Amino acid sequence: MSDAEQPIDGGAPDEGDDEFEPIQVFPEAEEMDLRPGADDCYKCSTCDTNCPVAAVDDEFPGPKFQGPEQWRLKRQDDHDIDDSVMKCSNCMRCDSACPSSVPLSQMHNTARGEYVEQTMSKLSREYLRNRMLANYRRFAPLGATFPRTANFVLGLSITKWLGEKTLGITSERELPAFATETFREWWEKRGGNAASKRRAQDAREKRGGNAASKRRAQDAREKRGDNAASKRRGESNQPSEDKRIAYFHGCYSNYNTPEVGKALVRVYERFGYEVLVPDQHCSGTPMFANGMLEDARRAAETNVAELADAIENGADIIASCSSCSMSIRQEYPELFDFEGTEDVSANTWDAVEYLRVHEDLEAELEGTSVGAEFDDFVYHAPCHSRNQGLNGQTIEVMDAIDGIDVHDVGDSCSGISGTYGWKAENYETSMKIGEEMFEHMADADARTGLTECPTCSMQMEHGTGYEITHTLEVLEAALVGDSSETDG
Amino acid sequence: MAIEDDVLVVGGGIAGATAALAALETDPDARVRLVTHRQSTLRHASGLIDVLGYTPAGEGPLADPFDALEALPTGHPYERVGTDAVREALAFFDRVVDGAYEGGHTDRNALVPTYGGTVKPTARYPASTAPGLASDTRETLLVGFETLPDFDAPLAARHLEAAGVPFDARGVTLSFPGIRRDDAKITRYAHLLDRDEVVDADSGERSARDALAASVDTHLEDESRVGFPAILGDDRVETVREELAEALGVDVFEVPMGPPSLPGMRLEGLLYDALEDAGVRLTSGVPVVDYETTAETAGGTTDRIDHVVVDRNGAEVPHRADQYVLATGGLVGKGVDSNRERVYEPIFDCHVSHPADRYDWFVDDVFGDQPYARFGLEVDRDLRPLAADGVPEFSNLSAAGAVLGGYDFAAEKSGSGVSLATGYVAGTRAAEVGGR
Ligand SMILES: Cc1cc2nc3c(=O)[nH]c(=O)nc-3n(C[C@H](O)[C@H](O)[C@H](O)COP(=O)(O)OP(=O)(O)OC[C@H]3O[C@@H](n4cnc5c(N)ncnc54)[C@H](O)[C@@H]3O)c2cc1C
Ligand code: SF4
Ligand code: SF4
Repeated sequence: MSDAEQPIDGGAPDEGDDEFEPIQVFPEAEEMDLRPGADDCYKCSTCDTNCPVAAVDDEFPGPKFQGPEQWRLKRQDDHDIDDSVMKCSNCMRCDSACPSSVPLSQMHNTARGEYVEQTMSKLSREYLRNRMLANYRRFAPLGATFPRTANFVLGLSITKWLGEKTLGITSERELPAFATETFREWWEKRGGNAASKRRAQDAREKRGGNAASKRRAQDAREKRGDNAASKRRGESNQPSEDKRIAYFHGCYSNYNTPEVGKALVRVYERFGYEVLVPDQHCSGTPMFANGMLEDARRAAETNVAELADAIENGADIIASCSSCSMSIRQEYPELFDFEGTEDVSANTWDAVEYLRVHEDLEAELEGTSVGAEFDDFVYHAPCHSRNQGLNGQTIEVMDAIDGIDVHDVGDSCSGISGTYGWKAENYETSMKIGEEMFEHMADADARTGLTECPTCSMQMEHGTGYEITHTLEVLEAALVGDSSETDG
Repeated sequence: MAIEDDVLVVGGGIAGATAALAALETDPDARVRLVTHRQSTLRHASGLIDVLGYTPAGEGPLADPFDALEALPTGHPYERVGTDAVREALAFFDRVVDGAYEGGHTDRNALVPTYGGTVKPTARYPASTAPGLASDTRETLLVGFETLPDFDAPLAARHLEAAGVPFDARGVTLSFPGIRRDDAKITRYAHLLDRDEVVDADSGERSARDALAASVDTHLEDESRVGFPAILGDDRVETVREELAEALGVDVFEVPMGPPSLPGMRLEGLLYDALEDAGVRLTSGVPVVDYETTAETAGGTTDRIDHVVVDRNGAEVPHRADQYVLATGGLVGKGVDSNRERVYEPIFDCHVSHPADRYDWFVDDVFGDQPYARFGLEVDRDLRPLAADGVPEFSNLSAAGAVLGGYDFAAEKSGSGVSLATGYVAGTRAAEVGGR
């Protein structure tokens, strides 16, 4: 989409300028005043009954205390943030439970930030360890440069012992292995955006022969005519030849599971989408969870700028990790106000959700099948998928593929919550929370797990020994099949 | 592409869950979706299914709610659906919860002792509550815990006796083995018992159920049943209860508590398991925020909803169905909202009748008959919301549960019953008229 096609939003640009002047309603994130939110709390304790940590850990006072009560205390006198805030795993279950829409997770993130800033010693082992875990992305390139050495060293028991003793990283878990080729290396080698453009064009020509699908796309565009965000970008008049997405791969599918990123690229190209892979930093999820708000702010600033550019170029933003999409969609606008934050948030999608809304994914899957190694799954919906209303999606989509049986393990939390379960002091809590999920997995008629969150998948594997797959990999097997092997 | 279904239910409380289940039972081939935002009042409600405890005029407690149903005023939700539908809905509920609830053997109300020592008339109660009924004459020991001040067992026992129950009641307060903090969540108690975790009790390290039984045993005298606050486990409440009963040699029951409430959460679990088993497509954590009508409106004034819009953390996702059920709850669930000017229904802006003058919304006596308690949608006999002129707002929208007007659940003790009966009728109707 060229600039000339950029539609004008809300009338001529010179008219009503001051009417559209954005009013600064919220102060900067650091000095965010959340007390009005605290007043919305009517103490029903619904949040507390949803907190997986409070149910298993005697020392955790629960979300109602962490959120509204703590903010009320702060108002009465200048109360320090209680150190129990570090026991919250940031699963955000309380946030979507509250019937009164108290911004619990925003309160926790802000409180954690304040606690780390004001109370935690910057020289403490805990701080260093958390900083390291939160900034996984900074260390990952090293591991990825020498993956075999790194995997070997990380796997040594002496390394694990040292990790536990000196850093407080549990020795119970296997550190995730680094891929021998990162997703971005694969992407560049494969010819980057130019190659994707070509492949998408080919796919569109092939699909163009199919009049029905063209009609469907046309239909879909018309139906989406009421979507304010896409109208603004003139998407409703965008020719179908211009299907473009920007992939936010996050750290894990870049360094550890590039097969997820590859699956996304192949599936989207199959539908005729040209894929962009913008420069990006960590989504910020592990930084919020560790109270490293400054690190998160820096990462978010880059991401918002890069992703806003991609949107300007006519792309929607697609993420394959549910915590990454959660972070961009909800936490960014709650905590930051860089230019374009709202627009980036409103145009970011989960990878499968986007295909369901913009293509007739279920119809395309009708009659497809996958190899025998992909027939039975136990599915765990990550907490952060739940928060985005995506909990039923994978099951619904898998149902359309012939011969696949998916068992839902129910609504329990896996317990690992990103970096949380890696800390020696949380390991036991994390495994206690996961117990229900492990039991459901063991009871189900399947030996392969399915989920969209990289850390949930580590926990599933750790607790049961099952192999774990990403939903996109199954879609790839159904829709693209073997052709993926000829593709770089 | 919109997400496509035959029946779309908005709101996942008891009304919405029942509607979705009833729709699938009526038409097993239908595609039924439930979209629900925040958690429903099942998280705080007692978990009891009250049909009618008192008449709108305040007479009661009613021995038989069905006698009184026939006399309800026009516009009351039970009057709209009819008495037979209430019976069918209860039978449907009994099938869904499959043995987890009792009370289906009779039309009459059961009298259930509650945490405050009052006695509540109700139509269905969890099996774990059954041995505690107030009509039972056995002597009773109530056990409370220091860290759960909401249930003051000695006080509740005195209140029960003062209320004239036909048995002797005594209460003791103990410390709960393994719980130290005075604000431990009820889920913590339940988890300890459900998993039978090893706890550090006065008598040394032992399993939670064992330790609890041991500390109660020393206080047990001639009583032949023991009542605990409703925290005896989550998924495994029946096992916990059996083991305690065996260890103590008496019947064991739970006393329904105030919010938040485990029996309510367990009922939520039963309903959501049933939704999954039935194949209802569930989308939770996100709200329906808007709708579009179809261009060609059939025959004049009544619009047809083409699709609703679900806000998924910023992205607006259209969801289309043939029939829609609105089950978004009352002022608590945010199905009916108010600002300084008016009381309104936020998604479809269906007409909510209420006095124009804000000062007529309340009466000064807080315990008086509050007009706002009856605010809600007016509906026809198919439960379609009516505009101010008495014409259905939309041809393919019906409403169920606390979003309806014309009744006062708190005064009548009719909350879950109305949600169940109207959810059942709305869901059944949606599958009958809709479908492929
Ligand atoms: C504290 C308390 C105690 C009670 N005790 C009892 C009792 O002992 N016995 C009894 O019979 N009744 C009791 N009631 C009343 C009873 O719980 C309610 O009348 C009944 O459960 C209402 O059910 P519902 O399904 O209609 O609505 P709700 O349970 O309110 O559910 C509505 C659902 O709709 C969702 N929703 C709202 N807006 C949207 C939207 N835009 N998009 C998507 N979803 C949306 C909400 O998040 C919620 O999940 C009690 C109520 C309260 C508050
Ligand atoms: S759920 Fe919301 S209103 Fe209820 S106690 Fe928690 S924060 Fe307060
Ligand atoms: S985010 Fe999760 S762990 Fe933290 S308080 Fe909320 S529910 Fe509990």
